[in-house]
Amino acid sequence: MSTTLLAVQILNGLQLGVLLFLVAAGLTLVFGVMDFINLAHGAQYMLGAYLAVAFYALTGSFLSALVLALAAALAFGLVLEFAVFRHLYDRDHLDHVIATFGIILFLNHGVKLVWGAAPLSLPMPELFSGSVRLAEGLVYPVWRLVIIAAGLAIAALLYVLVAHTRIGMLVRAGATNAVMVSALGVNIRRLFMIVFGFGAMLAGFAGIMIAPILSVEPGMGDNILILAFVVIVIGGIGSIRGAFLAALLIGLVDTLGRSFSVDILRLVMGPSPARTVGPAIASMLIYLLMAVVLYVRPTGLFPAKGR
Amino acid sequence: MAVSLAASPARPRGGLQALPGGIFLAFALIPIVALLTGDTYLVSLGSRVMIFAIAAVALDLLVGYGALISFGHAAFIGLGAYAVGILSVYGITDALVSLPVALAVSAAYALLTGVVCLRTSGVYFIMITLAFGQMAFFTASSLAPFGGDDGLTIAARNTLAGFPLLRDERAFYYVVFFCLLGTYVFCRALVASRFGRVVRGAKENPVRMATIGFDVYRFQLATYVIAGALAGLSGFLLANATEFVSPAYMSWQRSGELIVMVLLGGLGSLDGAIVGAAAYLLTEEWLSGFTEHWKVIFGPVLVLVVLFARGGLIGLARDLVRRFTRG
Repeated sequence: MSTTLLAVQILNGLQLGVLLFLVAAGLTLVFGVMDFINLAHGAQYMLGAYLAVAFYALTGSFLSALVLALAAALAFGLVLEFAVFRHLYDRDHLDHVIATFGIILFLNHGVKLVWGAAPLSLPMPELFSGSVRLAEGLVYPVWRLVIIAAGLAIAALLYVLVAHTRIGMLVRAGATNAVMVSALGVNIRRLFMIVFGFGAMLAGFAGIMIAPILSVEPGMGDNILILAFVVIVIGGIGSIRGAFLAALLIGLVDTLGRSFSVDILRLVMGPSPARTVGPAIASMLIYLLMAVVLYVRPTGLFPAKGR
Repeated sequence: MAVSLAASPARPRGGLQALPGGIFLAFALIPIVALLTGDTYLVSLGSRVMIFAIAAVALDLLVGYGALISFGHAAFIGLGAYAVGILSVYGITDALVSLPVALAVSAAYALLTGVVCLRTSGVYFIMITLAFGQMAFFTASSLAPFGGDDGLTIAARNTLAGFPLLRDERAFYYVVFFCLLGTYVFCRALVASRFGRVVRGAKENPVRMATIGFDVYRFQLATYVIAGALAGLSGFLLANATEFVSPAYMSWQRSGELIVMVLLGGLGSLDGAIVGAAAYLLTEEWLSGFTEHWKVIFGPVLVLVVLFARGGLIGLARDLVRRFTRG
């Protein structure tokens, strides 16, 4: 367990963390403001990646693929909101779960129908394709650093948007008491639509950014969705700050757990059982963390006020 | 009392009183139909439907009567199935051992996780049950001695006190049939009992139930354990039906499918859970005959059911019956 390996894994953990934040931010806003459980959020992440691959094939440029895919992800999110979700806001959570589960089935198999079941890949932009030497013996892929930087930039942007703009004020007010905001004369439907579209675009952005290092395949959104839910539940539903901190925590715990669980277990047991038990514990770690957090604080670490 | 019941104009099932009888009569007749038509596949399909119906009825107990939306119900099916699989690796293949073990293991997991889950409510409950479901899933995936990700093939179906009863497809079918019937009657009695009324009361207003003096938490925990054990029974039967267990039995998509079954049929009626399980699995069977991408069709159907058929298939049937009896 050298310090270099540790540093690399911490960077990997951060990268997973900001990626989770991008997905979780939209999820927690949609849930916080509209009290709506959107299981299809992970499918929107997957769709972002597929759209980027498709637009790259058309244009041959990563940047134009990024812009076009973002626009398409936004448009698709708004269509979903208009056609399905807005009819469900005043239903109970169970209806949300079923309807969005139906949309996951549709999208997961829809992309299979359109692009085939085989994994696709998106080439990395030339400029960022190499690795960079960060310190003595510490070489790290540039693209992962770009993902971290982009994620942190978006977190900062979101902070400014939510904490210091009028629309952000309405979002915060909506998360606390949507009915009251509506009674004060704010067009709550339009606010919902903006929040939803923005969330869909963030999820799509996460999918596009990760596409060059992961394979783009049907169902790729399902795992990230579950992780994002763990993040927003630990962070406290509706809280951007909670989502950010919990995303980094989950990213680090998961990555470090997977890298070092076997080594750590070997301190207390033989190498052979450690190799069996280690991966099992590593993949359970974040769920254990979530169970402990919810046991101690049933509404998460940073519950949005008024809930 | 008898007079008031007879005179009562309220029809709790809205003209569908004959439904449970009809359902079980239909299930009882399937092997005979299969015998006449020579379509033996019908029998194994019927067993599969009834096995999932057991788990769906148990889930309806939680979701429909207790408003406890468990998104990790498939884990209990998996635990029951793995009990059969792991015991058979060690040469224990008699149902007299494996069935009690399957029930005990899933009930114990429900008790342990329920203690934590039931501290939360609403969406947090959905998510924490999901988390525990995922934990069971990953544990099963990492059980390298028992197949890990690939699952575990069971050499032969369980014997019952030494008799190879379950190995005959038709005998197995009727074993499953009586398990479903028993589950249904048990749950029906449970929701009608004082215990069931407390749970239903807590669904409407937990604070008021607590104020009257009921320890809501205990009642909900007991319900959670019962539902877990019944799902374990379903898992025991599933492992015997397929002679195979795999982590996929516990995946969160499977838990989602179970919720879909209950909602598709109609919440909080128990009949709906059986109808929903049958509707889901038969639709799967039917659509997958046309295209392997049947979920592209099924997904939007679910959305339409949520948008337009509130109350599920049972609700739809009730509306139709009402319309006809009035007109």
